[in-house]
Amino acid sequence: MTDMQKLYLLVPLAPLAGAILAGLFGKMIGRAGAHIVTILGVAVAFVASVFIYQDVQAGNTFNGTVYTWMVAGGIKFEVGFLVDALTVMMMLVVTFVSLMVHIYTIGYMSEDPGYQRFFSYISLFTFSMLMLVMSNNFLQLFFGWEAVGLVSYLLIGFWYERPTAIYANLKAFLVNRVGDFGFLLGIGLIAAYAGSLNYAEVFAKAGELASQEMAVTGWSLITAICICLFIGAMGKSAQVPLHVWLPDSMEGPTPISALIHAATMVTAGIFMVARMSPLFELSDVALSFVLVIGATTALFMGFLGIVQNDIKRVVAYSTLSQLGYMTVALGVSAYSAAVFHLMTHAFFKALLFLGAGSVIIGMHHDQDMRNMGGLRKYMPITWITSLLGSLALIGFPFFSGFYSKDSIIEAVHASTIPGAGYALFCVLLGVFVTAFYSFRMYFLVFHGEERFGQAHHGHHGDHDDEEPAADHHHGLAPGQKPHESPWVVTLPLVLLAIPSVVIGFMTIQPMLFGDWFKGVIFVGDNHVGLKELAAHFHGATAMAIHGLQTAPFWLAMGGVGLAWFFYMVRPDIPAAIQRTFKPLYVLLDNKYYFDRFNEVFFAGGSRLLGKGLWKIGDQGVIDGIAVNGTARLVGWIAQISRLFQTGHLYQYAFVMIIGVFVLLTFWSRHG
Amino acid sequence: MTDIPFLSLAIWIPILGGLLVLATGSDRNAPLARVLALAVSVAGFIVTIPLYTGFDASTSAMQFVELQSWIPRFNINYHLGVDGISVLFLLLNAFITIMVVMAGWQVIQERVAQYMAAFLIMSGLMNGIFSALDGVLFYVFFEASLIPLYLVIGIWGGANRVYAAIKFFLYTLFGSLLMLIALLYLFMESGGSFSILEWHKLPLAIEPQVLIFLAFLVAFGVKVPMWPVHTWLPDAHVEAPTGGSVVLAAIALKLGAYGFLRFSMPIVPDAAHQLAPVVIALSLIAVVYIGFVALVQTDMKKLVAYSSISHMGFVTLGFFMFNQLGIEGALVQMISHGFVSGAMFLCIGVLYDRVHSRQIADYGGVVHTMPKFAAFFMLFAMANSGLPATSGFVGEFMIVLGAVKYNFWVAFAAATTLILGAAYTLWMYKRVVFGKVANSHVAELEDINAREFAFLGILALCVLAMGLYPFPFTEVMHASVDELLRHVAVSKL
Repeated sequence: MTDMQKLYLLVPLAPLAGAILAGLFGKMIGRAGAHIVTILGVAVAFVASVFIYQDVQAGNTFNGTVYTWMVAGGIKFEVGFLVDALTVMMMLVVTFVSLMVHIYTIGYMSEDPGYQRFFSYISLFTFSMLMLVMSNNFLQLFFGWEAVGLVSYLLIGFWYERPTAIYANLKAFLVNRVGDFGFLLGIGLIAAYAGSLNYAEVFAKAGELASQEMAVTGWSLITAICICLFIGAMGKSAQVPLHVWLPDSMEGPTPISALIHAATMVTAGIFMVARMSPLFELSDVALSFVLVIGATTALFMGFLGIVQNDIKRVVAYSTLSQLGYMTVALGVSAYSAAVFHLMTHAFFKALLFLGAGSVIIGMHHDQDMRNMGGLRKYMPITWITSLLGSLALIGFPFFSGFYSKDSIIEAVHASTIPGAGYALFCVLLGVFVTAFYSFRMYFLVFHGEERFGQAHHGHHGDHDDEEPAADHHHGLAPGQKPHESPWVVTLPLVLLAIPSVVIGFMTIQPMLFGDWFKGVIFVGDNHVGLKELAAHFHGATAMAIHGLQTAPFWLAMGGVGLAWFFYMVRPDIPAAIQRTFKPLYVLLDNKYYFDRFNEVFFAGGSRLLGKGLWKIGDQGVIDGIAVNGTARLVGWIAQISRLFQTGHLYQYAFVMIIGVFVLLTFWSRHG
Repeated sequence: MTDIPFLSLAIWIPILGGLLVLATGSDRNAPLARVLALAVSVAGFIVTIPLYTGFDASTSAMQFVELQSWIPRFNINYHLGVDGISVLFLLLNAFITIMVVMAGWQVIQERVAQYMAAFLIMSGLMNGIFSALDGVLFYVFFEASLIPLYLVIGIWGGANRVYAAIKFFLYTLFGSLLMLIALLYLFMESGGSFSILEWHKLPLAIEPQVLIFLAFLVAFGVKVPMWPVHTWLPDAHVEAPTGGSVVLAAIALKLGAYGFLRFSMPIVPDAAHQLAPVVIALSLIAVVYIGFVALVQTDMKKLVAYSSISHMGFVTLGFFMFNQLGIEGALVQMISHGFVSGAMFLCIGVLYDRVHSRQIADYGGVVHTMPKFAAFFMLFAMANSGLPATSGFVGEFMIVLGAVKYNFWVAFAAATTLILGAAYTLWMYKRVVFGKVANSHVAELEDINAREFAFLGILALCVLAMGLYPFPFTEVMHASVDELLRHVAVSKL
C-alpha cells in the first residue's frame, strides 16, 4: 500500500475510531474524553482530505479495491475507493462541516445527558458519509446510503422520550426505504445487465446498456435504471413526493439538522446522480423526469417556508427548495453546477442552521419566531453571520449562493430538454419566494419589537408537533434577556460564514468552466449543459456585476423588500392576507396534505390490509376452515364411526351376515 | 481425507451427551445438569469446526463421507457426508445450541435436566438430517427431531401449549407422511436403493416427477413454512419457551428449505422447473402478505414469527429462480436468519423473563432502564430489516439481484420487503423501546446481566461479521451450487 492509499483509509477510519471510542467506552472516557476523541478523529480526516485534495490537484487520482466482500453469480462485490475531483470536493465539505458541527455541539449539547452518545453518532455519520462519497462501486454506495439513513434515524430520535421525535425518525426511515426500494432495483438492473457493480466497468458499458430493452417489460433499459436510481435520490435528497420526512426530521437536535439534514446527507442523492452522469446523459426521459421533480420541489416547498413559524422549519423548507434547485441542475445536464450549488449550500445552510441553533440556545429552547424579535442587540455574532448566510441563500451578487444559483438558472434558460420551460418558471419564481421567506425569518428574529419573555406559550399550537411534550421547549421567562452563545458556538458560525461569502467567487471558474471535473462528469453532445454559459463567462467579478442587471437579482430584491414591508413596516398585512386567502393558507399550513394522505392511505391502508389478511386470511380461511375444519371433520367421522362400535355381539353378527350376503350377490353376478 | 468421523461425532456427542444430562435426574442436580449441558454443547460445536477448516471448497463431491451397512436386507445404509450446501448448517446448529443452553440457564428452573437434554438430543438429530445421504436415515432423523421440539413446547411452553404442540406435530407429520411415500416410490423405481445420490441420477418420467415434487413440496413447505401452510408457526412460537423458539426459527425451519435443495430440485429437476412459478408465487405471497400481517401483530413473538415466514419466503424464492445468486443468496439468508431470528427471540426472551408479557402494549421506554439491551436490540432489529453491514442484508441483496435477472416484477415484489421489513420491525422497536417509561414494570427493569450480555454480544459479532465480510461463507458454497445448477439444467426425461 502506498502512503496515499494509507491516507485514503485514514479519512473514513479516523472518525469511525472516534465513534467507537465515544460510543462503547463513553462512560469510561467521560464527556470531555468523548468530544476530544471524536473531534480529533474528524480533524484528522479533514487534514488528510486537504492533503488528498492537493494530490488530486496535482493530477493523481485513484480507483482501487480495499477488500473483496464477496464473489457470487460471476460478479465481484468489493469495497473500494474512487478518489477524484468530485470525491475530494465532497470529502472536504463533509469533513469541514462535520468538524464545525462537532465543535459547536460542545456548546449546544453541554447539558444533555446523552452527550457521549451524540458525539458517537455524529462521528459514525461522518464515517458513513465518507464511505458513501469515496466508493468506487454501487455496493458500497448502497452501504453508505443506508448507513447514513441509520444514523439519521438514530439522531432524529435522539430525544427518544419525545413522542414526536420517535414518530419522525420512524417516518424518516420508512420514507427513505421507499426511495431505497427503487435504488436497490436500479442496482439490481445494473448488476443483471452490466454484470458488474464497479462504476468504471459499468460506465464503460453505458452505450451497450442504452441500446437494450428490458426483458418482460420491454422498457428502455437505461431509462429504467436511471429512474430507479433517481427514486433512491428522491428519498435521500427529499424530492417531492418523498420529501415528507425532512421537515419532521427537525425533531432532532439542531447540530445534526445542520450536518445531516442540510449540508451533507440530503445532498447524497445529488452527488449520486452527478456521479452517474455517464448513465443519465443517455436517457432524456430520465433527465426530464429529474428536471420536473426538481423544479416542483424548488418552488412548491419554498411556498411552505412562508407560513412556518418554527425557525428550524423555515430553514428546513428552504433546504428542500434548494435541493430542488440542485436537482433541476442535474435535469438540465449542468451536473457541475449542481455539485457547485451543493458545496456553497453546504456552507451557508449549515451556517443558517447553526445560527438558528444559537438563537434557540439564546431563547432557552423556544423555537417560535413569533416570540423573538430584536435579537441583533443581544446576539451580535449570530446576527451578522446569519445575515451573511441569508444573503448567500438568496443569491446576492458576490456571495457564494449567487454564483451557484445564477449558473443553475442560466443553464435552465439554455436547456432545450422537455420540461425546461416549466423549470425556468419555477426556479425564477423560487428566487423571489426564497428571498421573501429568508428575510421574513431574518426580520422576525433579529429586528423589530422584542416579543420574548412574554410567556405566551399558549399559541404555540398550530402545529400538532409542538405540543408541550418536552421540557426542551421552555423559552425565556418574563424579563429575561437572550444572550450571545459561548465561543464554541460562535466560532463555527464565523468559520462557516467565510466560505459562505467567498467560496463561490473563488471556485466558480475552475469548477464550472475549468478542467476540475474533466473526466469525472460527462455531458453528452446533444445536451447544452453549461456550454452556452461558458461562452459568456468572463470572470467572477464580471458575472456578479452583470448579475445586478438580471431578473433573478430584482426578483430577490423584490422578495426582500416585500418581507421588509410586511414584517417591519406593516405587520398587520400578513394577518389580513391570511384571513383573505384562507383556503390557500390552510393548504400551505397543511403542507398540501401530503402528510395527511400518507397517514391515511399508506399507513392506515397497510394496517387495514394487514388486519384483513390476518383475521380473514390466516385465522378465518386457513386456520378456521382448512386446519381446524379438518380437525373437526376427523372428529365428526370419529363420532359417527364410534356408533358402529357398540360392543353388542348380535349387532356385529347381523352386520356380518349382511356383508356376506352382499358379497355373495356381488360375486355371483360378476362371476 | 481424515480418519476421524467428524460427522458421527457431531451427531452422537450431543445425543449421547444429552442422555448423560438426562441421567442427572431430578432438579436437585440442576447445577450439574447445566454445566454438563454447556460442556456437551461446546464439545459438539468444537467437533464441527474441522468440518469447515478441513473443507475442500474446490469440489462439489460429498466430503467427510461415512458409509456403513445398517439394514442390509433393504439396502439401508448409515451414509453420511456434507457438501457446500449443508456444511454450514452443522456449524450453525451446533453454535445455536450453545446459545440455547446459555439462554435457559436461569430461566428454566423445573425439569432442568430434561430441558437441556431435549435440546442437546435435538441438536444431534438435526446434524443427522443435514448430513444423511440415505433416504431412510434422513427420514428417521427428520421424524425423530420432531419429538424433542414437541416435548419442549408441550412441557415448558405457555398457557396454550398443548394446542400449539399438537398443531405443530400434526402439521409436520402430515407433510412427512407424503414424503415417506415419495421415498418408498424412489426406492422401488431405483431398483432397491435408498441412496440420495443414486436418486439424483435416476431417470424419471414427468408424471411421477410432478407427483414426487408435490409430495416433497408439502413435506418441506410445511417445515419452511410456506404460505398457506404456515399457521402452525406463530402458534408454536408464541407457546414455546425462548430456547424452543430460537431452535425452531434458527434451525428447524431450515430443514425444509434444505430438503428442497437435497431432494426436490436434483431428484425431479423437470418437475421443479415446471412448477417453479408456483413456488415463486407462493414465496412472493409469503414475503408480501405475511409482511402486512406482521405489521399488525400485537404480540412480539408472533410478530417475529411472521417476520420469519416472510424471510423464509425469500429463501424459497431464491432457490427456484435457478441462478447462482438466487441459490447462494438463499443459503446465506438461511444462515443469517439463524443468527438474526435467534437473536430476536432471545431479546424478546430477555424482556419476557422480566415482565412476563409478550404484548407490545405492555412495554414502552425500555431504553431508559435497559440501555445496553436497547443497543443490542437495535442492532438485531436493523439486521431484521436488512440493513447493509449486517448479515440480514447479504442474502436479501443477492436474492433481489438474482430476481432482477429472472424477472423484473418478481424483484419488484420481493424488494417491498425493504419497506415492509423495516416497517414492522422498527415500529415494534419504537413502541417497546422508545418513548416515556410506560409503567411500573418497565421502571423496575434491570439491564442485561453478564450471561445475557455474552450471548447477545456473540450473536452481534456474528451478525456484523457476516454483514461486513460474507466472503468466507459464500466461498464454500460455490462448487456445490454450481454443480447443483448444472445438474438441474439437464433434463431427466
